Amino acid sequence: MIGAEAIVKCLEEEGVEYVFGYPGVAICPFYNSILESPVHTILIRTEQNAAHAASGLARVSGKVGVCAVTSGPGATNVITGIATAFADSIPMVCITGQVNSELIGSDVFQEADITGAVESFVKYSYLVKDANEIPRIFKEAFHIANTGRRGPVLIDVPIDVQNAELKKFVYPESVSMRTYKPTVKGNMVQIKKVAAELAKAKRPIICTGGGVLLSHAENEFRAFCEKHDIPVVSTMMGIGVMPTRHPLYFGMVGNNGKPCANRAMNESDLLIMVGARVADRAVNQPDLITNNKVLIHIDVDPAEIGKNVGPTIPLVGDARHIFEDLLEQEITCEHKEWLETLKDYRESMAPKRTPDPAYVDPAGFITMLSDKMQEDGIYVADVGQNQIWSCGYHVVRKGRFLTSGGMGTMGYSIPAAMGAKLADRSKQVIAVCGDGSFQMSMMELATMRQHDIPVKIIVLKNNYLGMVRQFQHFTYHDNYSVVDLSGSPDLEKLSSAYDMKFLRLENMDKANEIIDEFLAKDESVLLECIIDPMDLV
Amino acid sequence: MKRIYSVLVENRSGVLCKVAGLFSRRSFNIDSLAVGETDDSEVSCMTIVSSGDKRTIEQIEKQLNKKLDVIKVKTFDEASSISRELLLMKVKYNRNNRRDIMEICEIMNAEIVDMSKSMMLIQMCDIPERIQLFIGMFKSISIVEVARTGTLALQKCMETD
Repeated sequence: MIGAEAIVKCLEEEGVEYVFGYPGVAICPFYNSILESPVHTILIRTEQNAAHAASGLARVSGKVGVCAVTSGPGATNVITGIATAFADSIPMVCITGQVNSELIGSDVFQEADITGAVESFVKYSYLVKDANEIPRIFKEAFHIANTGRRGPVLIDVPIDVQNAELKKFVYPESVSMRTYKPTVKGNMVQIKKVAAELAKAKRPIICTGGGVLLSHAENEFRAFCEKHDIPVVSTMMGIGVMPTRHPLYFGMVGNNGKPCANRAMNESDLLIMVGARVADRAVNQPDLITNNKVLIHIDVDPAEIGKNVGPTIPLVGDARHIFEDLLEQEITCEHKEWLETLKDYRESMAPKRTPDPAYVDPAGFITMLSDKMQEDGIYVADVGQNQIWSCGYHVVRKGRFLTSGGMGTMGYSIPAAMGAKLADRSKQVIAVCGDGSFQMSMMELATMRQHDIPVKIIVLKNNYLGMVRQFQHFTYHDNYSVVDLSGSPDLEKLSSAYDMKFLRLENMDKANEIIDEFLAKDESVLLECIIDPMDLV
Repeated sequence: MKRIYSVLVENRSGVLCKVAGLFSRRSFNIDSLAVGETDDSEVSCMTIVSSGDKRTIEQIEKQLNKKLDVIKVKTFDEASSISRELLLMKVKYNRNNRRDIMEICEIMNAEIVDMSKSMMLIQMCDIPERIQLFIGMFKSISIVEVARTGTLALQKCMETD
């Protein structure tokens, strides 16, 4: 067995179903060996999207997403996708081909120091020097990617190592690394302190981040909040932990969040942050959330605790284990008045929009779409105004909401939606993007056609890079610079070129019928919605 | 606030780069860095002297612990550790200052380890502050070259060890 075959065998051992990638000479031995394997390959149209697709698959399946690209430009192209996964802690293994071991360092054709280049965007990386190390390295890589704080792992494999004979292939049963033992169980003393503080609190609130989804702790989390009637707000990555219309849920916090959610967080006397980084988009002034309140910070990564704010009670561990333990604590807490106050805030502080009836109102449209979607459907938002409207107006029932929250990578939605669809073909998957972000990934329409991945796409078209235009409106007094998207393709013709169904919605009059038609069949459809170019989020 | 980190790492290629990269990536200071093998040839010890406020000091330790090539991080302040630095310094001398140089070396416990008709190579092992002081004494004499190892440090012996 040669190295390339060993890599494929490792993927089979890990239960990998799909590899997203793009071949090149340096990864050809691998792509040659995978032909014999039940592992499917998806030919993505640019490497960055291989990582985004792997991310979408990982987030829906809970398994590690895998991508495989060639050396040099293949590897450097995938970096943005890896960095996007790193910022959102998505489990991923990225295999890169590399030039012949003996030539490394001599700047030959398509050589790039990829392990060096991605160092600050990966949880770990390997440069394989001996084919016999492949089984151990892959076992470790999958383990590292999907335990503790999840994240991408890169494995760089020189072409001669892919072609070298292994003495024997034995896939290790377990991993033994003296430097990697993440804490998953929460410290009991700290858990008891949390329970004691909660019993004292008059105005408690929980803010959930994406960590609760990554540790598959939604059920435990909801059960805990419901048991003690604790109100919940979320960061962008935490959307979907609670169903949007859950009586205890008060929306997303932050600059682009719901006013009532921010007010609730600021007025609380006890704040539990769980699986959230307390980064600037969610918490603009970290000092504010430590003033006059007890702050409990729960995270699996000890380095996140105290990085941006110093908590009263730090609690390191996996959210699922911690909420299982918290559910067993006897806590009596009473805060009916607080909940009533928050319900008032929710009603009185709801943002009021005055949409122009000549256009599609993104807010009304998104809510209508959510209500018509399958209740366990997957909604993938891109980056830009479309993302903020999606966060504000999409209603999660039993489904998932995916977006690039940490890195804010435009073009994420279409490839991520493809990965999500492949993870579970029974689910309805919709990618919502703007005309800017659509054009960053529109080459993937071919991938969808080639591999029959029926993702539905919505383009909110305003002929502007809307989020930047909005920023220039407020900060640069309408001095618009490089935000005009004139020259964009006719999406109807484009859909026809890819042999895809196309729909257009010009205002809200026919929204009902058009959305029904858009959702009717499990097929790829592109729906263009003409929105007001001057609309603000 | 000065802080010393004694970091045990896997003795593999690229690890120094990862640790140093972590400091630059997160804007942590490195005042000095010294690396060498330990009694176990698979393990290296990096001694890093850094400074920052309380939060930075804590973050440095946590971020170091997060690196998968880091086996153990020990951190201590100067008072609870023994630290040493080695200095090699080449100076130009003449008949007039030769005596002075030898006297300074004697007082400061430095050794002249090599010489030619016009040059001397001086070696000194001491705490970083005294090394600094010693170099300062030669500013007016004519230093040709200086090489320092950076601080090495271990925690003081305690009964609980």
